[in-house]
Amino acid sequence: MKESKFNIGNLFLATALFMLVSGLCFGVLAALIYLFPDFLKQEMGFVSLRPLHVSSAMFWIILGATGCVYNGMKILINDSKIKVIAIIQWGLWIVAIIGIMGSYFIKDFGGREYWEFNPVWALPIALAWLLFLANFYQLVKKTKNWPVYIWMWMTGILFFLFTFSENYLWMFPYFREHFITDMTIQWKVNGSLVGSWNQILYGTAFFLMDKISNSKSTGTSKLAFFMYFLGLFNLMFNWGHHIYTLPTEKYIRYIGYIVSMTEWAFFIKIIYDWRASVNTIQKHYHYFPYRFLMAADIWVVLNMGQAILMSIPAINIYTHGTHVTVAHAMGTTIGINSMILFAACFEFFNFNTTNNKRLKYYKILFWALQLSLLIFWLSLNIAGIKKGIWQLSSNQSSYSKMMESLRPYFIAFVFAGVGLLLTLGSFAFGLIKSLFTNNHPEEIKTH
Amino acid sequence: MKLKPIYVFLILSASFLWYSFSIYIKPLSTKENTTFNKKMASDGQLVWQYYNCQSCHQLYNLGGYLGPDLTNVISNPDKGEKVIRAMVKSGTKQMPAFTLSDNEMDLLVEYLKSTDASGSADLRKLKINNFGMIEEGERK
Repeated sequence: MKESKFNIGNLFLATALFMLVSGLCFGVLAALIYLFPDFLKQEMGFVSLRPLHVSSAMFWIILGATGCVYNGMKILINDSKIKVIAIIQWGLWIVAIIGIMGSYFIKDFGGREYWEFNPVWALPIALAWLLFLANFYQLVKKTKNWPVYIWMWMTGILFFLFTFSENYLWMFPYFREHFITDMTIQWKVNGSLVGSWNQILYGTAFFLMDKISNSKSTGTSKLAFFMYFLGLFNLMFNWGHHIYTLPTEKYIRYIGYIVSMTEWAFFIKIIYDWRASVNTIQKHYHYFPYRFLMAADIWVVLNMGQAILMSIPAINIYTHGTHVTVAHAMGTTIGINSMILFAACFEFFNFNTTNNKRLKYYKILFWALQLSLLIFWLSLNIAGIKKGIWQLSSNQSSYSKMMESLRPYFIAFVFAGVGLLLTLGSFAFGLIKSLFTNNHPEEIKTH
Repeated sequence: MKLKPIYVFLILSASFLWYSFSIYIKPLSTKENTTFNKKMASDGQLVWQYYNCQSCHQLYNLGGYLGPDLTNVISNPDKGEKVIRAMVKSGTKQMPAFTLSDNEMDLLVEYLKSTDASGSADLRKLKINNFGMIEEGERK
């Protein structure tokens, strides 16, 4: 019997893809303001376009991560009882997204950076996440000897809930009345929230590696567990590297510094070992999942190098508050998180790659995407380094003059941004379209 | 003896909670600063967030990238309270004019006084010590 591709996990992934396209469109519009300051100034302005872009991008990651967990759990433990709760969870997300996007259009803000919406819209998100936790618990309580990806999914779900709640401590005057503590908590939250969804996504990467290589070795190795605990340790304690220049307690900065230096090290080795275990036929049947995971591997190396350098305070002083930070955020969001999510979408949507013409088209798109991202990342880094030198210069020009001097890099950044819109948007369109076609794995494998 | 993942997870989680709560209770041992009205500054943060100033401006170099850092704008001899009030109302080339009420404007200014009183965000005033760590900015 043929099974519909429209399971709950794919519903979350398809919604996430819509949010990705939304994030890309608003991102390009916001970037244009760097070149044309009057662009949409009265109608929307950067004040609305930036949160529209950032929230869309974050929802792409969070909803995508949710879809990956549901798809993974469906393969591991098929249980139809979770379906009703999962649909309510999805409905709550839709309510939150409509409310948040609508409030940005009418400039009804009130939250903090990255979560600028009126706090009332945090309620459906929190409730949806509670349902997610309940559903996940229902599924995993029946299994013993969890592979590392189940640990990572569980950790990501739990810590997202804790940190998302912590994100609203500013609502209490006790915290707001102490600016430095309040800002310390804000960046503790930002660091740990990213760590939470990274746990879910890296867990998904491990799950896909096991699935593609058709073995259980990656997800149960000692090294994988060591890597998991190293990631968890960083999620909890490395956020201090965001606030080296904030006059907060010294021990917070030292903990952030020391913990940051332990980051990432074993992830590369695990992926490297896994790559060696995948044979040619498996690479063929999982053509795009394999390639997107490999792309994520390359971007991990680039962003890992950058992250470690930025975590050294003597270097951080040059990159702090500059576009190098944006390059790192974009590099990890697109280069690592989005590549893993695309690998997952191609795998879970059973995307048909047996049509040569179609395969060639997506191969070109894949390389155009990597090139656009590289130009995007480099232009932001160069602009950031120039700003960093300006920040520490004893003979500073005005802020507007410094920004004007960065214009050539902003032009490159906007063009590369359009490239990302076209390539990522085409992949998103192709994937959503594939949900409505009837290509099933059995059919594909007999071609 | 084999260390089960659940024990490692619980030890790390307990450490994380202890670390988090040690930060939450920090204000209890912080000396009061009397150069600004604490209640007004706290409400001023809500004005800062309501008008989404953070999307373009930074505090301690954290925030948006379109406009300048405003941590010490109040004590900046070229800017200060009067310039801030005028700029918010009239706007600039990139920044639209905002229609804040007088009360909202007073609260926002008080918030910026509190950021100014917390320390210096001028990176040129920071030093790197022998461990490669940034030494704290000058407290006012």
